[in-house]
Amino acid sequence: MALEFERPILDLEGKIRDMRAYAEEQEIDLGEEIALLEARLERLKTSTFEGLTRWQRVQVARAPGRPTAFDYLEHAFEGFEELHGDRTLGDDPALVTGLAQLDGRSVVVVAQQKGRDTKENIHRNFGMSHPSGYRKAMRMFDLADRFRLPVVTLIDTPGAYPGIAAEEQGQAWVIAASIRRMSRLRVPALSVVIGEGGSGGALAIGVANRVAILENATYSVISPESCAAILWRDATEAPRAAEALRLTAHDLQEVGVVDRVIAEPPGGAHRAPGQTIREVARVLREEIAALRDGDPDAWTSQRRARFRALGRVTDHPALGA
Amino acid sequence: MALERWFRRNKPTRSDDDATPAGLWVKCDGCGAQIYRKDLVANLSTCPECGHHYRVTVEERIAMLADDGTFEPWSGDLAPTDPLAFVDTEPYPDRMERVQRKQGRPDAIQTGAATMGGTPVALVVMDFFFAGGSMGSVVGEEIARAAERAAVEGRPLVAVTASGGARMQEGALSLMQMAKTTVALEALVDAGLPYLVVLSDPTTGGVTASFATLGDVVFAEPGALICFAGPRVIQQTIKQELPEGFQRAEFLLARGMLDDVVPRAELKGRLVRTLQLLQDRPVDRGEGDGTSPPDLEASEVSEASEASETSASIEPSSGEEGTARGA
Ligand SMILES: [Zn+2]
Repeated sequence: MALEFERPILDLEGKIRDMRAYAEEQEIDLGEEIALLEARLERLKTSTFEGLTRWQRVQVARAPGRPTAFDYLEHAFEGFEELHGDRTLGDDPALVTGLAQLDGRSVVVVAQQKGRDTKENIHRNFGMSHPSGYRKAMRMFDLADRFRLPVVTLIDTPGAYPGIAAEEQGQAWVIAASIRRMSRLRVPALSVVIGEGGSGGALAIGVANRVAILENATYSVISPESCAAILWRDATEAPRAAEALRLTAHDLQEVGVVDRVIAEPPGGAHRAPGQTIREVARVLREEIAALRDGDPDAWTSQRRARFRALGRVTDHPALGA
Repeated sequence: MALERWFRRNKPTRSDDDATPAGLWVKCDGCGAQIYRKDLVANLSTCPECGHHYRVTVEERIAMLADDGTFEPWSGDLAPTDPLAFVDTEPYPDRMERVQRKQGRPDAIQTGAATMGGTPVALVVMDFFFAGGSMGSVVGEEIARAAERAAVEGRPLVAVTASGGARMQEGALSLMQMAKTTVALEALVDAGLPYLVVLSDPTTGGVTASFATLGDVVFAEPGALICFAGPRVIQQTIKQELPEGFQRAEFLLARGMLDDVVPRAELKGRLVRTLQLLQDRPVDRGEGDGTSPPDLEASEVSEASEASETSASIEPSSGEEGTARGA
């Protein structure tokens, strides 16, 4: 399935394919022409993706075919072993946890999993956790502290699930508790926003020493659709809301919400999953190695200081003067 | 003196449908009875007939909780910025300026020191009538500073929440206030000081999902809407009728989310006793419920009935919509 702005790219790719087939069929050499078109394709991809509007990036962040948490767990980590269950309510398939290694050293992984097809999407509740998921995450934070293992979280959720059972089981309470529990980790933690960073449901596993984000991923206080529905009473104003919310990787780096932007291949992660996973794998190893080298007594205080510093305020001139 | 100036400067303003209505006689939203307005205000803005709890201003809240004349404001020096250059139906700075003038404070929060039943405390009171009590950088920062100063001064912290959630106009920075307030509360944990929360109507979204539910003890006022996602968002998502009383204080008490639902008239006494019990001090049971009747003069409500600001992530008048799918 193509995103609208991808059409010219896909058309050109089609043209190159046709030309190749034609050359083969006619047994003629069109190598030079094809090389020219391929160069044009790369330029087109680059210029298209450099100039994406914020709303277009939202679409890339949600695009089918974009690597999901499991794609990274299976290919960017070594030997991922899933561990299930929150020991109270059940096992939330929208939030996957377990143990894995990076460069032969163990880490605890907490990741939000969207589906890779409709069936899995329904099973995973589109990556929207119930309280059980956050309870499972907190159990893994306990495990990480107990065995002095760094924590890696992969964020990809439209948000915590807004449903009856979720509210009855204390969705707000468990998000707050997860934020607190993660902030208290005595081991280093790294979060990577790989797709959608949907509000409190994302932040619940995002209180890390370092926060990285893929170039076309987003992280926002509210979805553009919901924001538009509230501000303009019209969800079709979502593109306008996306602009206003400044929810792209580079926007977020500017205000200190994320520390590092991970480049995606031209054309976006969904068009080159393998290359994206390799790049994330490289960054994970680099970041975790740097965190391991840090002062073990400072991880908690550094994390506290990082989040304590976020926000912009100014002096207020006396009112009513 | 400072306190007098503060009260003069901060004429309480209500602008929401569910606040004590203007006019000499009012028809109760809860039971429909005709009530003399002065009786309603004298009754801590609760209906003498059915006990319906109306939303109250910051000034009324402080008057009913702090010992007379003891409140010393801490907040007021910080104002919001416009980090995203946000424009919806009007530019964010214009909206803020208008609400600031109306509410007489720079943002949706008042913090300060007081005594409660003789016990020194730090008080945090959210202003729902200021942009729906939405939490942006200033609200987060004031809460963080109040928690840290309370820890330094050895005061327990008492917070009364009322909020539509994180403020959209400051984007992800508003979201980050959930983590900021949470880590700042660690100062109280480190100092071994109690942190009590009163959830008042409504407390939703990112406020519920951060400092508001992290109290050592969490009370709520009767009938208060307390949720992560608002009822309307849930209804749109699941397309089913919601159960009776869903997300109201009593519903949440029954599901183990609250320590108790406390009627306003008993609130101060309950908070004071809880602080004394947590701190292993003699408990003062002499003062009845301990809630001071409001000073009618100070609580005089304005006649303003303009709809509340939409900049909170909630519906202007109902306050029943948390930000969808998130904070
Ligand atoms: Zn009534």
